[in-house]
Amino acid sequence: MRTNPNLSYYFYIVVFLCSALFALGLQISGMVDPQKVLGFLSISRQWDPSLALVLFAALAVFSLGYRYLIKPRIDTQQPSILGMAYQLPKVTVLDKPLLLGAAIFGIGWGLAGLCPGPAIVNLVHFDAKILAFVAAMLVGIKISQWYKNHSTVDCSISNPSDR
Amino acid sequence: MIGFSALLLLAYSGRISGISGIVSQLLIFRDRRILFPIVYISGLLSGSVIGLYYLQLPTPKIETDWLLLILAGLLVGFGAHLGSGCTSGHGVCGIGRFSVRSIAATCTFLCTGAATVFIVALFT
Repeated sequence: MRTNPNLSYYFYIVVFLCSALFALGLQISGMVDPQKVLGFLSISRQWDPSLALVLFAALAVFSLGYRYLIKPRIDTQQPSILGMAYQLPKVTVLDKPLLLGAAIFGIGWGLAGLCPGPAIVNLVHFDAKILAFVAAMLVGIKISQWYKNHSTVDCSISNPSDR
Repeated sequence: MIGFSALLLLAYSGRISGISGIVSQLLIFRDRRILFPIVYISGLLSGSVIGLYYLQLPTPKIETDWLLLILAGLLVGFGAHLGSGCTSGHGVCGIGRFSVRSIAATCTFLCTGAATVFIVALFT
């Protein structure tokens, strides 16, 4: 698909701008603040609904755009605007790795109030605890990659683009 | 803004804004496909530097103690990779595409996250 070098050039510009915008969104919305995240996850004490609104707004924008801009293109076999094929997950079954992974992820999220995006965005503070968290997170991902490659359980259906 | 950025990325380049997925691609040093995660993460960091400068954000307070923090990092990394996604990939892009897998995953991590916060609160 990337025969035209100019397209590939635009591709990386788009990727860079989108990710910078994403980081700003996380900062402005307060997703980067672990205390706020823990307040959002805390149902017993004073629940902080602001992040629920953030997630809902992000979801509303994305799903409407997906429904009216992207889905019609996928249905008519058109590629993305820059001509690259859409890389969407093909798996549709609920399997054990998905639910187990999500459950484990939630426990870690609830312990520290950090998930991968905000953790990386917070790296710019050069805070020792953030650095340690990200390092541990990378080790965790590596362990899972190793586990998926070596396990005899059939995890192979979770293809690499399934994220 | 988060939704808009994720939408733009998918519309223009066909990619999903799943941070855990992008980070995991960074850890598989295979071929030149590694350029995508490198550019994406550079963008995230550049965006945050700009935000840091204009928003004057304070360094986030992390009250979790060191041992639990490292454990949390391991669990977040392992779980997000095993479960094929995190808050951005499942919570926004996945549910936004009405994926049953992502809806199930998001409900699961919201529940275990809330349960963890509840249990931690009992001990502090």
